[in-house]
Amino acid sequence: MTTDGLPPAQAVVDEVLAAAAPGSEDCVVLVEEISEVDVRFANNTTTTNGTRRDRKVTVISLRESGPGTAVGVARRGGAVDVAELVRAAERDAGESPPADDVSPLIEPPGAASLVSSLDRFHAPPDSTELSVLSGVLSGLAGAFSRARDGDYVLAGYAEHRSATTYLGTSTGLRLAHAQPAGALQLLARSSDGSASTWAGAGTADFTDVSIGALEDRLRSRLAWSDQQLARPAGRYEVILPPEAVADLMVNLAFEAGGRDTEDGKTVFSRPGGGTRIGDQLSPLPFDLRSDPAEPGLECSPFLAAASSWGDTSVFDNGLPLLRTDWIAGGRLQRLRYHRAGAARSGVQPAGFIGNAVLELPGATGSVEDMVAGTERGLLLTCLWYIREVDPATLLLTGLTRDGVYVVEDGVVVGAANNFRFNESPVDLLARVSEAGAAVRAFGRELGEDFNRTRMPPLRIPDFNMSSVSQAS
Amino acid sequence: MHCVAHAASPPGPLDADQVTAARDAALGEAQRLGCTSTEFRLERIRSQHVRLRDRALEGAADDTELGIGVRVVVDGSMGFAATVATGPEQAAELVTRAVDAARTIARAGGGRVELAEEPSHGSVQWTSSFTVDPVDVPLADKVAQLDDWSGRVLSADHVDHVTAQVLAVTEDTYYADLGGTEATQRRVRVHPVVEALALDGDGFETMRTVAPPAGRGWEYLGGDGWDWDSELADLPGLLRDKVRAPSVDAGQYDLVVDPTNLWLTIHESIGHATELDRALGYEAAYAGTSFATVDQLGALRYGAPIMHVTGDRTTPNGLATVGIDHEGVPGQSFDLIRDGILAGYQLDRSIAASSGSGASNGCAFADSPLHVPIQRMANVSLEPAGDDGPTTEDLIGGVERGLYIVGDKSWSIDMQRYNFQFTGQRFFRIEHGRLAGQVRDVAYQATTTDFWGALEAVGGRSTYLLGGAFNCGKGQPGQVAPVSHGCPSVVVRNVRILNTRDESGR
Repeated sequence: MTTDGLPPAQAVVDEVLAAAAPGSEDCVVLVEEISEVDVRFANNTTTTNGTRRDRKVTVISLRESGPGTAVGVARRGGAVDVAELVRAAERDAGESPPADDVSPLIEPPGAASLVSSLDRFHAPPDSTELSVLSGVLSGLAGAFSRARDGDYVLAGYAEHRSATTYLGTSTGLRLAHAQPAGALQLLARSSDGSASTWAGAGTADFTDVSIGALEDRLRSRLAWSDQQLARPAGRYEVILPPEAVADLMVNLAFEAGGRDTEDGKTVFSRPGGGTRIGDQLSPLPFDLRSDPAEPGLECSPFLAAASSWGDTSVFDNGLPLLRTDWIAGGRLQRLRYHRAGAARSGVQPAGFIGNAVLELPGATGSVEDMVAGTERGLLLTCLWYIREVDPATLLLTGLTRDGVYVVEDGVVVGAANNFRFNESPVDLLARVSEAGAAVRAFGRELGEDFNRTRMPPLRIPDFNMSSVSQAS
Repeated sequence: MHCVAHAASPPGPLDADQVTAARDAALGEAQRLGCTSTEFRLERIRSQHVRLRDRALEGAADDTELGIGVRVVVDGSMGFAATVATGPEQAAELVTRAVDAARTIARAGGGRVELAEEPSHGSVQWTSSFTVDPVDVPLADKVAQLDDWSGRVLSADHVDHVTAQVLAVTEDTYYADLGGTEATQRRVRVHPVVEALALDGDGFETMRTVAPPAGRGWEYLGGDGWDWDSELADLPGLLRDKVRAPSVDAGQYDLVVDPTNLWLTIHESIGHATELDRALGYEAAYAGTSFATVDQLGALRYGAPIMHVTGDRTTPNGLATVGIDHEGVPGQSFDLIRDGILAGYQLDRSIAASSGSGASNGCAFADSPLHVPIQRMANVSLEPAGDDGPTTEDLIGGVERGLYIVGDKSWSIDMQRYNFQFTGQRFFRIEHGRLAGQVRDVAYQATTTDFWGALEAVGGRSTYLLGGAFNCGKGQPGQVAPVSHGCPSVVVRNVRILNTRDESGR
């Protein structure tokens, strides 16, 4: 028993596999051990907080059924009754028609890239504690005090999570991966509510982020808002900072599913049939890639799927995930496929990987450099409430948020109102005129779900600001 | 079908003695450590999601979450801790952790936390209204139901693909607090959806069922509360007409908005804007604030004088309906907008106390035993004109040139709830008071008070429908809440219509 009265994850994996009906039935088990701490703040004070310990056990039962293989999936939290859980999965497999994503289960020993995952299976899970946030907490009191003195109001959020996933299969595969993820976000609003600005950073362990660094950035940006400049709707030259690019490109990457695309349902579908793989999406040679070994953005090197959905298959649990170039040299290169779908379509499988990097090889500039090179334009802080309007073009709508800055002759001269935009990230790649160096970026909207991205700032010559938003 | 009374029972597989032991350990430890307030919540949330794609089972997942969350107030600071271990020792340990968290975080500059007074409500037993617990229905029956529906839609020549899915949830909550309230509560909900897709030369169009998610059991799929046979029979023809429809001319139009679309506009532009935590800045860093600030209570002209909006946690079959909330406050009904004027806010106990608003009106909710309760939305609904009020046809009859909008699809609104943009499932031109075929590529865009200020007529009770969603997002860490919104059909004059193809620059 561990300190919280739950048996070790490895013992649960063994117990599930032993309880699965012997011989004819194949089985996959996932145990996710999750430990989280968080603290929110608003109105220059801390508000809610939480420390939590979660365990989810997923059993995937496979049953040969005449024409094919049927799947049953059952998941329980906490101290599970293993016999009940296995019976529930087997019952659902018994009641399901054959699956259409069938592949043989992955066999051990697994790929060379998984050596550390094999070892990790035998170690206890990582966990986190409130002390991980001690630097943030000790910085906050002073930051609140400076905010009161400076006539602005701070709000924000810090969270840290350790998730260790143990995978076992009836074919003998045993893998585990421990994934730390954290984020610090800080927002400053002027006391009269007329100006607002935000900064956020993703981190694995909070050693590389601090309240002070974000606070400095916010104070200099609030000063830009002293001069308020009304701007009408229309098309503008816009500098998208890496945080805005992250949310747009993660939306693009989520759409890159092979099956939906072949069915004609995505922006990557070729009108009349097939996919747009090979199409030049951008005149600039951008790469959009995911790689579990990406330095600083490391994530699981094997696939762990608790249910089959779209282009993800429970049959692929344990599949090694390797660098995948979704876009290379500006051309669409890959779409997500599970193994069964890839075999049907005659392509390589490509699983969901927990990071994304957009890069223009050789690009070096920062946001500040791009501002310096701008005659007239708008510098954005981040985007918000981004929703798909038309999947055929991947037209997205959303808002600018927390600072739209007016640039004239290479310097910021004031802050403009917010806008609603209507734009497709695929069209933006086709129209981008300049990119800077890719840096770690935390998307304002999707960062909490998709923490690890590296993105460049982009210059768009004609960004569509559809209407003015009065929000400040 | 008649409604059978279901007794609320402790969250299984725990029995009443195990629940009581965990509660006593937690509340006893809280008293020992000097907590002035403590809420103990032990919950089991069972859910099943089943999805068919072109009649093949794409995925099914049967999920049960079980755990305990404890929130304490100690020395004027708040702490929350949660775990999936449910024994008495772990329950007591949670209180220690919550107290430690409260004290640690207080040193970072926490203000004093107060909770609005709430009397003890003794022992409360409550279940939502349902006949068949949807989570207990065998997977084979669920697959067969969705396959039957898919087959009907896919049999039409021009339908190329169909997806059918159902999400079913049963929440069992045991709640106890230091104030002496104890509650056992069961809530059930289902959301079936069928979507048809037709390829069309250079693109595609879809048409989705507009049947709302409902606080009902599996009987909902059999026709109790919705006419599925008729909606599924109409779906292919509606899709065919949409594919053939011309693209809309952008411009200003008078709108007749069907309740299947309007519920979401109410959710975004009224529901979230009248949350007091937002109006006071407590969501500033994430969901946002609100244009409907406290200094305007009783004065803000939100919309036309015919506009009356209530918050309600007692609506039958409502997704936000409860017996008692996650802070021990009974479900209740209250005004948000009366005669077009801002009349109230949605509250939880800490927000009620910090704003001097008196008692909470019962809007605390956590989506999991592992999450802290925050202020979440009641069923926020627009009142209809009455039993003899206009029908939707009557409303259309009063429009010379306009659009009739049915079903929700895309939605987006800014962080203070001014500027919104919505699309829909289908859009019919109105010419001289009559429908004149579909148009496509439509989005409507407006500012909240302009839109509701241009509200000219609300339909009668015959047009009223309770819409809603399972997936309203708020808070950090993110939480999703189910919520319903009732409304009639309405007429809104002179709204900006965009052509979404023009917007993409293509």
